[in-house]
Amino acid sequence: MDVRSQVSMVFHLDKCIGCHTCSIACKNVWTDRKGAEYMWWNNVETKPGTGYPTKWEDQDHYGGGWEASNGLVQLRTAGRYRGLTNIFHNPKLPVIDDYYEPWTYRYQDLFDAPAGDDQPTARAISMLTGKPMEITAGPNWDDDLGGSPLYAAKDPNLEAMSPAERAQLFEIERLVFFYLPRICNHCLNPACVASCPSGALYKRGEDGVVVLNQERCRAWRHCVSACPYKKSYFNWSTGKSEKCILCYPRLETGQAPACFHSCVGRIRYLGILLYDADRITELAGKSDTELVDAQRQLILDPHDPKVIAAARAGGMHDSVLEAAKKSPVYKFVKDWGLALPLHVEYRTMPMLFYVPPLLPVLGRAESGTYDTSTPDLFGALDQSRLPIEYLARLFAGGNVGKVRFALKKMMAVRYLRRQETVGDLKPEQIEAMLAEAALSRGEADEIYRLTSLPTFEERFVIPPSHREEAIAALDDPLEFKGAAGLGFREPPRRAL
Amino acid sequence: MTTDVLLFGAFPYVAMALFLVVSIQRYRKNAYTVSSLSSQFLEAKQLFWGSVPFHLGILVLFFGHLIGFLIPRQVALFGAVPLRLLIMEVTGLTAGLLALWGCVLLMLRRMTHPRLKAVTSPVDKALYALLLFQIVTGLWVALFYRWGSAWYVQTLVPYLRSVFTFQPNLAVMAEMKLIPRLHVIGAFTLIAVFPFTRLMHVLVAPLPYLWRRPQLVLWNRARAEGAPRSETLR
Repeated sequence: MDVRSQVSMVFHLDKCIGCHTCSIACKNVWTDRKGAEYMWWNNVETKPGTGYPTKWEDQDHYGGGWEASNGLVQLRTAGRYRGLTNIFHNPKLPVIDDYYEPWTYRYQDLFDAPAGDDQPTARAISMLTGKPMEITAGPNWDDDLGGSPLYAAKDPNLEAMSPAERAQLFEIERLVFFYLPRICNHCLNPACVASCPSGALYKRGEDGVVVLNQERCRAWRHCVSACPYKKSYFNWSTGKSEKCILCYPRLETGQAPACFHSCVGRIRYLGILLYDADRITELAGKSDTELVDAQRQLILDPHDPKVIAAARAGGMHDSVLEAAKKSPVYKFVKDWGLALPLHVEYRTMPMLFYVPPLLPVLGRAESGTYDTSTPDLFGALDQSRLPIEYLARLFAGGNVGKVRFALKKMMAVRYLRRQETVGDLKPEQIEAMLAEAALSRGEADEIYRLTSLPTFEERFVIPPSHREEAIAALDDPLEFKGAAGLGFREPPRRAL
Repeated sequence: MTTDVLLFGAFPYVAMALFLVVSIQRYRKNAYTVSSLSSQFLEAKQLFWGSVPFHLGILVLFFGHLIGFLIPRQVALFGAVPLRLLIMEVTGLTAGLLALWGCVLLMLRRMTHPRLKAVTSPVDKALYALLLFQIVTGLWVALFYRWGSAWYVQTLVPYLRSVFTFQPNLAVMAEMKLIPRLHVIGAFTLIAVFPFTRLMHVLVAPLPYLWRRPQLVLWNRARAEGAPRSETLR
């Protein structure tokens, strides 16, 4: 057993209001630079929708992630031989039009335009060419189902539904969407790291954050095509790939990453998970529907004395073990089975988990009135407007049971709270729901507390990073002044 | 004769000194810039038809010249049979035409796409011109000074080897026609400007990828004695 710790995340989609505050916080801190204008290390997508970059989930097109064959796990289109033979031209690399062409406006025209009959306008100017351009795509172009016949209808996940279900999805009475905030998953089996010919990408041993050494990046761009989540981006100006660094300078000083900190709906949780690095290959090769369980098997119980002993033998600090015991992510993922990985079938073992949304029930338009009431107070799961198959395709490798289990638990908690605050439900009904969801009252209370009332410290349990152990005590501290932190010691100028 | 001394007696040493000193210095002091600024993200379709033939052609030509330089006797013996000589000539010519095609297409691509102007530096333009010059003079030699693969190892290689033994044999070069002489000067110019251009990416060709472990995990602190070091995948 090789016990390692991983900073892991849970996003509670039932609480996401799609305000994009996380995206803006990230953009302002990290990607407001030349060549990075189009990058959104954190983005929020409307589902169903094609996402960013367009149709990123279509791996027949983008060729990202791993595939399992005969018990071996291999990169789909990158790797030693396929990667090096495609070194002069990467056939699976997205181009900037798959994201959007970044632009600004010629604001000065508003001041300089001569007097005339019309109001002056500020024309859109491409940030690539500096010339006027027509805007045909932009960040969140299909936000809130905007242009859904063009965008939402092409969502690759809709393949999990029948044609009739798909057609019904866009009837106005059934219209439904939810938000999917995405950052780098900081995977246990990262395709970007394995695909980088230069070895510029690596996983940090202590906290599992996947980072990219810009000094070693040689612009082969294989990380961009190999990452199935398209969370590695190519900076066209500096010729280097860039990605989410989970705000590690903030983590190292005990602060939550900017997108977590700024989340208005408080949907985000961050904590340590312990895992067994020896079993990744074995478990990543399971069949699609077994993968959710396989990943949970990989995650170790921080209360287990054997795990603690193995972790200590590996040099893990006690403070990390303490943080692992208090991790909200462990509760959501392992204790409760509420949080599920996004597209686990890409086999990267993503360490960002999502609590699936309890979507509104199906409405009926009868005798001219629109009615969403059902015999049940909050509606039955199978009458949800978006079929569970769709959620299973996103969050469980097609395993409907895993999604149903999570939704049932959440529904039971909801009923229990209704009973406790309003008291208009029969106690037998509550007991029956709790029993069906395999949920004890204590656990239901815990879920309620961590979902609705958690404090900052309960949402973000960040262990100390013990940099003091990495730097010998007798070294001159001034030697390292300015060596850790943000930015370049020299401007990222290419010149030649 | 004095120009010959400068061009074929002194310039090669200047070029190689520049190559060695500046390459190492740039890698040590400014590793950030050691790569070829890829433009595929801005334009991918034409790049395929330009970049792939160009690189394949250049690689064949580079190793062809290198093999002739390293084992001239064996190459001369190999070319003693007319059919084999023909094969060498045709291979070289095909590679040259591929490189020409690729180079011209890449230049046109840079000139026509407005987006690419944003990532094309003056040094890039000069390098394209120099590469085109080198490919054209090489093709000229291949077409009009027939059986170059035979006479290259007999005449030019002795000169090149004499450069490396620090006793440049200028007599060989004096007998050369103008175009082959230009080709040699072009070659040393490329070596001289190499560390100032995107050609630096040749030196960081990712061959270690073939034998390194696929997953990289870097530890900030030293791991405890005897701690498992298993990496995650083959």
